[in-house]
Amino acid sequence: MTLIETDELTKHFSTDSGVLTRLLSDETVHAVDDVSIDIERGQTLGLVGESGCGKSTLGRTLLRLHEPTSGDVYFDGDNITDLSQRALRPYRRKMQMVFQDPQASLNPRQTVGELLRKPIEFHGIAEGEEAQARTAELVESVGLNRNHLNRYPHEFSGGQQQRIGLARALSVNPEFIVLDEPVSALDVSVQAKILDLIESLRREYDLTLLFIAHDLNVVRHVCDEVAVMYLGEVIERAPVDELFADPRHPYTEGLLESILLPDSAASEDLSKLPITGDVPSPIDPPSGCRFRTRCPEAMTECDRVDPELRSRKGERGERTVACHLYD
Amino acid sequence: MSLLNVRNLRTHFHTEEGTVKAVDGVDLDIRPGEIVGLVGESGSGKSVTARSIMQLIEPPGEIVDGDIEFKGDSLRALSGERIRRLRGKELSMVFQDPMSAFNPTQTVGRQLHDVLRTHREGPVSITNRLLGRDHSPEFREEVVEALDAVGIPSPEERYGDYPHEFSGGMLQRAMVAMATICDPDLILADEPTTALDVTIERQILSLFRDLVDNRDAAALWITHDLSVVAALCDRVIVMYTGKVMESGPVEEVLSNPRHPYTEELLESVPRYDEPDDELHAIEGSVPMPTDLPPGCVFADRCPEAHDRCREAHPPMYANVGPDGDHRAACYLLEEER
Amino acid sequence: MSTVTESTDPDSDRDAHTERDYSTARERVLSQVRQSPLAMIGASIAVFLLLLTVVTLVDRHLLNRTLITTLLHDPYATHPENRLQAPTLVHPFGTDEQGRDILVRVIYGAKTSVIVGVLSVTFASIVGVAIGSVSAYYGRIVDMAGMRLMDVLLSFPAILLAIALMATLGRGLENIILALGVVYVPTFARVTRSEMLSQKEQEYADAARVVGYPDRNIILKELLPNCLTPIIVQATFSIALAIIAEAALSFLGLGVSPPTPTWGMMLSKGKPYITDAWWYMLFPGLAIMVTVLGFNLLGDSLRDALDPQEQGEGRI
Repeated sequence: MTLIETDELTKHFSTDSGVLTRLLSDETVHAVDDVSIDIERGQTLGLVGESGCGKSTLGRTLLRLHEPTSGDVYFDGDNITDLSQRALRPYRRKMQMVFQDPQASLNPRQTVGELLRKPIEFHGIAEGEEAQARTAELVESVGLNRNHLNRYPHEFSGGQQQRIGLARALSVNPEFIVLDEPVSALDVSVQAKILDLIESLRREYDLTLLFIAHDLNVVRHVCDEVAVMYLGEVIERAPVDELFADPRHPYTEGLLESILLPDSAASEDLSKLPITGDVPSPIDPPSGCRFRTRCPEAMTECDRVDPELRSRKGERGERTVACHLYD
Repeated sequence: MSLLNVRNLRTHFHTEEGTVKAVDGVDLDIRPGEIVGLVGESGSGKSVTARSIMQLIEPPGEIVDGDIEFKGDSLRALSGERIRRLRGKELSMVFQDPMSAFNPTQTVGRQLHDVLRTHREGPVSITNRLLGRDHSPEFREEVVEALDAVGIPSPEERYGDYPHEFSGGMLQRAMVAMATICDPDLILADEPTTALDVTIERQILSLFRDLVDNRDAAALWITHDLSVVAALCDRVIVMYTGKVMESGPVEEVLSNPRHPYTEELLESVPRYDEPDDELHAIEGSVPMPTDLPPGCVFADRCPEAHDRCREAHPPMYANVGPDGDHRAACYLLEEER
Repeated sequence: MSTVTESTDPDSDRDAHTERDYSTARERVLSQVRQSPLAMIGASIAVFLLLLTVVTLVDRHLLNRTLITTLLHDPYATHPENRLQAPTLVHPFGTDEQGRDILVRVIYGAKTSVIVGVLSVTFASIVGVAIGSVSAYYGRIVDMAGMRLMDVLLSFPAILLAIALMATLGRGLENIILALGVVYVPTFARVTRSEMLSQKEQEYADAARVVGYPDRNIILKELLPNCLTPIIVQATFSIALAIIAEAALSFLGLGVSPPTPTWGMMLSKGKPYITDAWWYMLFPGLAIMVTVLGFNLLGDSLRDALDPQEQGEGRI
């Protein structure tokens, strides 16, 4: 059953902020272009890609932190794209977010207790003493303890701050959480604990997750399905094991081949560069297939037509690829 | 013959909460032609080690002990002027954030040009600067070559671009160019690829390896990422809260770690080729730097700790592996003898 | 102060960069202020003046000047036989042309300066912060409109604008406060806007929006508390400026009406006697100088105390 669905969701940013200059110039950043995806209830969808691919923007646009330029977002069948802030409020309860920078995502002037209690009270979930009790439960469910409620965010380590971020997301009993690179800023030895916590919370609260990451190793462990983005478009999507075993899109292949492991036995040949060059500017993406400038398999058709995401039957389920090689 | 020889380096920071022993008894040694990886998580002291070597430590920090010998000369004994002349020319540094290494108001080409000129001819007099007589076409050409050597396309045009006109990866390449343009003997790289995408990172690593090999230079590569160390480095040093836990040839240490911390660290790296493995986390937490335990700093989190470990920090045991020069600081190794 | 050691919690981790543990911003600031002698001087002057203001207000309105008259002299009582006496033990600051003791008039003058300074800045900060916040938060047209309005105000030199406003409004304490308040609104608007612009880009602002708080809540309760630092610093400097401005207005005869002594008015009255009765202008002038110095020192030290903390601590 689909919980989140987007229909040709697009988000463009203008490069200038002046009113007049924007009228005159035409430079827009194509952060997200015509993305149509869906996430099933209970699923953990991984969203991967490199900087500038739009994965973060997509996550935020889903939650209407950015207003979509065009296209629609559906939550549990309801179109939430154009709802007013007031009408959106009940949906906000159901859709939450955990941010990449644990410290920056916590208001430095609020104690942990305050920042957990306010959403609870704001959404009318509980008040006064009951709200206090709930914050205590919350903070314990993420592995901290009640004494921490009186402290300020800067007194905690990165991992603990991220736990607080998780607690805040959970405070309103959401159904869907966007996790925007939740462990990227943490040390490796701490990442595992947070990932474990996310998994156990997911099971306990029956959550649907969008897990945005750039580290494919992490994604392998956490997600059911993975969607790969490049320059604002989703170019491949498959069940996780399938994607790693049999990547179809040349970009996905290149990404997987670029992964380094702490395995000297694999004798990494650094002179082999699966993907060369730089990501083109999202202000002026290449015509046709956006990856063609770096694609080892580019054909003549690739610069004329931007390939659509088409379904292919995979070994383990439905998968989609946007590449002329498979058309 | 070592290019860089560090013995018993101790760098402490005197803060209101107490003295932070950021680096506490570190030995390291780099020979020409090799890339040594310095690995550690946050708080391990790896960055401070590099800054100590470069003599960049300011109060409240202080190098309280240790010898740092570069090409036979003690760096700590050198005057400020001598150090300045060394830096950039024989001993250079690459930083994590290229944007902060470049002056945003000058073109990249110009900045590289000035670095080159300063080290070849000394600083420019003000008169010459005002008269515009400080720009040399020969140096410019060298800079363009250097930009080309690091893989920046259209280097002639990019010479005149400002730092903000470069992408992250390109600017990092430019920084590598700046660090290598004077043909230094030793390059200290402080997490230069940590913030980069994996495809770009790979390019920078490849470039760096080539540069070091071609110039017969040496490098100290600081990172928290064991995978990068595996791909790039010849030897590795593993640090934890200011101390060296293990060091040795990369192949050795990574395939046959002799210190529990290294083992634990390796286990906690998620791998896409082992999806069924449960994610492994290291128990406990890094101790407060002002409040380090009396014995082995890792004892509280070590699955193999026993009483002896809490009494005193273990010494470094040498030859713990078949390939010479593999060392680890763990009492378990003594018991094995 | 208390450090956070999570030894009771087996699951807690203390991984990333060593964060120093400070308890609250207030404690840090107080400790830094206490450590700097100049800061302490500034703070002492400011506190002293505030207390003096309160005491003299009470004395003037509730006690009918009995306190000061008993302790020293009556600031309003004229004694023509004592006119223009040089400083003596009885009259440490000398007397004016109506024989009134200058010391007590300087003391009484303090309250006008302080009240005008504090209240005009209060007004300016409330209005300025509101305009600045809204401009920064909504951006685009709103920002343009707000800031151009501020530019209009800023295009007049402060004193001239104040004079123009006073000319329109007429004399009186309320009008001075209003006029000076208006003059300083743009400063606060700018300072607030600048800080607000950077705060609203922070992830915690996004987090607040994701929770669903309406904009009003986000500006007031989430973002503004984090913008206070430069606003507070600016306020202390503006109080100093307002005090000078009030003195200037009084000097020009546009200030409060007699018999209320104000420092500026005393300067003005003392001008004809500058060669014969040097004490007449000196002491009110010194009072202004010390007051302004005090608030400036306070502002400087607050800025230094509050700033490094904002940058975060060095990482090891």
